Amino acid sequence: MAARTSTGLVAYINARLLDPATGLDARGALLTNGETIADVGPGLFQGGVPAGMEVVDCQGLCLAPGLVDIRVQLREPGEEHKETLKSAGEAAVAGGVTSLVCLPNTTPVIDDVATVEFVARRARKIGLAKVYPYAAATKQTEGKELSEMGMLAEAGALAFTDGTKAIRNAQVMRRALSYAATFGLLIVQHPEEPSLAEGGMMNEGEIATRMGLSGIPVAAEVIMLERDLRLVEITGGRYHAAHVATAEGIEVIRRAKAKGLKVTCDTAPPYFALNEMAVGDYRTFAKLSPPLRSESDRQAVVAGLKDGTIDAIASDHAPQDQDSKRVPFAAAEFGGVGLETLLPISLELVHNGHLGLVQALRLITSAPADILGLPAGRLKVGAAADLVLFDPERGWKVAAKKFHSKSKNSPFDDRPVQGLVRRTVVDGRTVYVNDV
Amino acid sequence: MTDAPYPHRHLLGIQGLGPTEITALLDLADSYAEQNRSIDKRQSLLRGRTVINLFFENSTRTRTSFELAGKRLGADVINMQSAGSSVQKGETLIDTAMTLNAMHLDVLVVRHPDSGAVKLLSEKVNCAVINGGDGSHEHPTQALLDACTIRRRKGRLAGLTVAICGDVRHSRVARSNIYLLNAMGARVRVIGPRTLVPSGLDRMGVEVFHDMRKGLDDVDVIMMLRIQNERMKGNFIPSIREYFHFFGLDREKLGHAKPDAVIMHPGPMNRGVEIDSDVADDVERSLIREQVEMGVAVRMACLDMLTRGLPRSKGAV
Repeated sequence: MAARTSTGLVAYINARLLDPATGLDARGALLTNGETIADVGPGLFQGGVPAGMEVVDCQGLCLAPGLVDIRVQLREPGEEHKETLKSAGEAAVAGGVTSLVCLPNTTPVIDDVATVEFVARRARKIGLAKVYPYAAATKQTEGKELSEMGMLAEAGALAFTDGTKAIRNAQVMRRALSYAATFGLLIVQHPEEPSLAEGGMMNEGEIATRMGLSGIPVAAEVIMLERDLRLVEITGGRYHAAHVATAEGIEVIRRAKAKGLKVTCDTAPPYFALNEMAVGDYRTFAKLSPPLRSESDRQAVVAGLKDGTIDAIASDHAPQDQDSKRVPFAAAEFGGVGLETLLPISLELVHNGHLGLVQALRLITSAPADILGLPAGRLKVGAAADLVLFDPERGWKVAAKKFHSKSKNSPFDDRPVQGLVRRTVVDGRTVYVNDV
Repeated sequence: MTDAPYPHRHLLGIQGLGPTEITALLDLADSYAEQNRSIDKRQSLLRGRTVINLFFENSTRTRTSFELAGKRLGADVINMQSAGSSVQKGETLIDTAMTLNAMHLDVLVVRHPDSGAVKLLSEKVNCAVINGGDGSHEHPTQALLDACTIRRRKGRLAGLTVAICGDVRHSRVARSNIYLLNAMGARVRVIGPRTLVPSGLDRMGVEVFHDMRKGLDDVDVIMMLRIQNERMKGNFIPSIREYFHFFGLDREKLGHAKPDAVIMHPGPMNRGVEIDSDVADDVERSLIREQVEMGVAVRMACLDMLTRGLPRSKGAV
């Protein structure tokens, strides 16, 4: 990986410009001046590049806004043996991700101003992907007392969530939505009714029964979504459901949107690219939360992405070390790493004919940025020069052992994929290059 | 190796085995059953071989049965019992595998409270592995001994109707029996309250009943399951009294089965919980004692079969 510094003018020529926010898909060029985009368009540099500019010949490859990943578990502070801000930053830029939003479930929990500032300062110093924190919706993510949402938001917290834990108590959720609405803030929920999921390890059904594993019913997702949406209705709060994975859950959100509720949701690549069969011979890398569901649920996730019910795709990056995964299935931790496979797995939706390229990119750039009000994910003059250059056709095989992430627990290991990141630019600086 | 009667390195489960392989094991078990009834029970077939019984869960009868089976075949048998659940962390499990590899054993018998743990271990050791029961997943030697017992009494498995009653949700015995009986052409019924019948079971080739009398109607074999208190994570049944009233096997409910229907139980029994002493001790109907006897024979057959595939050391016969 080459980390080049550039402070002057850089011309990216011969690019296929893709700007999902405007729908632009055309051959053209882009100019960065220092940290920002100075010009962009099909007509740019038609007459040649003026002298004195650094020139990057994109050779017809796709130049798009850097990816925005709104669900990443960092393990720093607290579990640096699994992932650090630096290793996550390296993994992110290798995956074309230039902005990521991290969950508060670190040790200590991100529930005070000091921790929010610690994460932001550490990430700035590392200078790879930009890191924005969610803060805990409740103190210590214990689901009891509200966190200082207003002050945390002033310190830079983008939205509020108890991360991998659902906000279980209905009264607490009602007050969280209501209080957050005071400041126009967003509550992000892990939509899983905890008492129904307790002890469960995978999707409830025939396969779990055959394997002798306790299941998590689809109803765990549906019930939590239905409850929360009632609370959204009475509070007028803003609500985002993370990683929806069931047909019925998506239908609940579809109806809520039709009603005009302020609700958005995302899903993660495993939920449209895999189903419960991936758990196969007790593969702990496929032990995810929420669990991989049935094939018909997977198809419903694809349909939800197509019709816009699902607003965004996030990697749901959850690093786990070998000690947490090379154990019997029941003892294994949940989660899979995802930063380095977010782009190619999302592009499967394009290669399989479900989405157009611009439409797919929107789900991992401007759409997630819009949910959180991030000034990212656009090829816009004056915006930060956060870019990804990628070859959408190039085939490669996922090899987790080569990941930049400290943890290698990918449910996609060995999968042949298409779509390779060639260069990642953050604030005008090239932070990752893959010369192939 | 493809024409061998049992062309597998391990015995991890019944799922995936065909009738030929199952029959080969049952036939061999039958011959050992005869031998076990003679005065000189000892063979030297496995002389020089080492068998380790590695039990991560308390067990008396399965462990004793494997121990006796190994010793009757002339193997050196060592029992390793990790009390309770203290050794459940995975790295320990893989470390254990590494330790065992260094001991050059031939067969490892494993019981573990987590589904899939025996398979995980089998991927890390270089000896043959027999699943002595993993979580709620499989208990293949129990299903084989049950089949052996039924076949000796009824003369066949195909065409029989077998009812498996009780805590199917948590039962590895039930799963292995469902696979085996289906593979051998028996008709399988499952009887229990809805909280103890896991979802999707109806797609595993069984007919599900929640009324014991209807479920027992005209069956040839009744397999009672132990109510596994140690695996009950919540309140699946309101009380023992209520459970026995609706799902305990007593003389009256037994009356709905065929007049010559036999009763089985993998043990240890909870008398008065899932089975009434009156029927459990009925020598005409109960095969519970014979199940234990066949247990040793079946495990001898499994040890014999799996060691056939191992390289012969110089000292062996």
